[in-house]
Amino acid sequence: MSVRSTITSQFQQVAIEQERTLAPLSDDLKLVQSGLDSLSFAIIVARLEDALGIDPFNDAAEFPVTFGDFVRLYENFAK
Amino acid sequence: MRSDARSLWESITARGVPAGRLHGTSGCVALAELAHASALGGRLAELRDATVLIAIKDQLTAALVLLELDGFVRRLVLCAPDLAAEHYAGVIERSQAEACVRDAASAAAVPLSLRTSVLAEPRLTPLPARPAARHASEWILLTSGTTGAPKLVLHTLASLTSALAGQPPPPQPLVWSTFYDIRRYGGLQIFLRAVHAGSLVLSQAEEPVLGFLERAAAAGVTHISGTPSHWRKALMSGAVTRIAPRYVRLSGEIADQAVLDSLRGAFPQATVAHAFASTEAGVAFEVRDGHAGFPATLLGGGGPVELRVSDETLRVRSPGTATCYLGEAESLRAADGFVDTGDRVEERDGRCHFMGRRGGVINVGGQKVHPEEVEAVINAHPWVRMSLVRARRNAITGAIVTADVVLAEEGGARGARPAGDVLTRELAEHCRQALAAHKVPAMIRIVPALEVSPSGKLVRPNA
Repeated sequence: MSVRSTITSQFQQVAIEQERTLAPLSDDLKLVQSGLDSLSFAIIVARLEDALGIDPFNDAAEFPVTFGDFVRLYENFAK
Repeated sequence: MRSDARSLWESITARGVPAGRLHGTSGCVALAELAHASALGGRLAELRDATVLIAIKDQLTAALVLLELDGFVRRLVLCAPDLAAEHYAGVIERSQAEACVRDAASAAAVPLSLRTSVLAEPRLTPLPARPAARHASEWILLTSGTTGAPKLVLHTLASLTSALAGQPPPPQPLVWSTFYDIRRYGGLQIFLRAVHAGSLVLSQAEEPVLGFLERAAAAGVTHISGTPSHWRKALMSGAVTRIAPRYVRLSGEIADQAVLDSLRGAFPQATVAHAFASTEAGVAFEVRDGHAGFPATLLGGGGPVELRVSDETLRVRSPGTATCYLGEAESLRAADGFVDTGDRVEERDGRCHFMGRRGGVINVGGQKVHPEEVEAVINAHPWVRMSLVRARRNAITGAIVTADVVLAEEGGARGARPAGDVLTRELAEHCRQALAAHKVPAMIRIVPALEVSPSGKLVRPNA
């Protein structure tokens, strides 16, 4: 599975678990408008660390604003 | 227990020759033999009025030595066999120990340079007569903190036996047993009860649970105690079917409804009681109604043990409370005599529930989570035997909650176990039904076992 598809499926899975309505995941979707709260993001980041073996948030200079930024953060970190 | 007794020996012989026996892995000794025999090779006089470090591996030997020394020495300093070698020097300094009593196994493990060193063994040496007690010895217990040096807690025989005061002897001698080591507060309570009421089957460190329970069964155990973690391990071993006690006691950790129900299922004829006690606060109360928590009516009620909740934690004042710490700046009691137990309590519908240790709270984005509260929910699932909830660092919320789960054994009424991924999904859903979102573990991992400390408590890595 690609980094992008792993991230997408985690967003969808956590949204279901947290009973949140997830906005369609396009690259320009602002994370604050995604329908997820900070707890959901915390869970996503932890599970992505287990799935991908990386946690780019540990030393991220700035927090991603859009879903596209979020995916690129992981893709660039994984390289 | 007679309140005017000057020593443990005087107390247990007040009504005549004691009928009970002490059973250990190294042998079996009738209490009556101690009237004219010594486990110290007859070297008691060398320890007269001294502060004596008791560092003995074998539990039976330790029990015999305590019965022999109390009332004759100034202080007894009780070291559990798992005390790390680097802590001995501090314990000796703070207790002002001048002498030590060891057995061959402990002497080989830790070299100590003290003025007097006496070797003890469970094989008794005959003595003409036991000397009379000289004074009330002080009993020093060590707290079993997971990190750092242990604290030294000063008790007297009167404070240690306050929960037994005025109790009539049982009509039939009891056979007590405990998973605890008697050098710890919980085990010492059972030792003191047992020698007043009958016999005691002592466990031994590293002894498999099956072997221990078979020995207890052979001795006809009627009363048995341990921590919830001890009991979960015993339930998992399948060995509980070997014994048929009348009374089963839990203490030392929160007894959740799941473990109480499991024990009631395993021992339908027995009273299952859970007690609250700590080395510092002493024995506070015992609950026998089979429900987790305790009735709120115990708060502010009359009687010698006073309980109150302030700042969300349980406070205790009683004749069983310890006197002080030795060599610590920190005082053990507040000015009003109450001991802060550090255990958080929440009242719901007339029942007080333990929420966990004050220091163990996980902070998830500013919201508090007590690991023990989440564990109680997980443990209520029929396929769970025990669990450990802990914090995992997280860049978004500071921490999130994760859980390691040990599954219940297959077979019996439960039948075949579902697959691991099915169970973890089911457990997550089970938690979501019962807990606020921030308390639900973000990850649930099935593990073969969880570490239990020598004091019988679940090892908490964050604590």
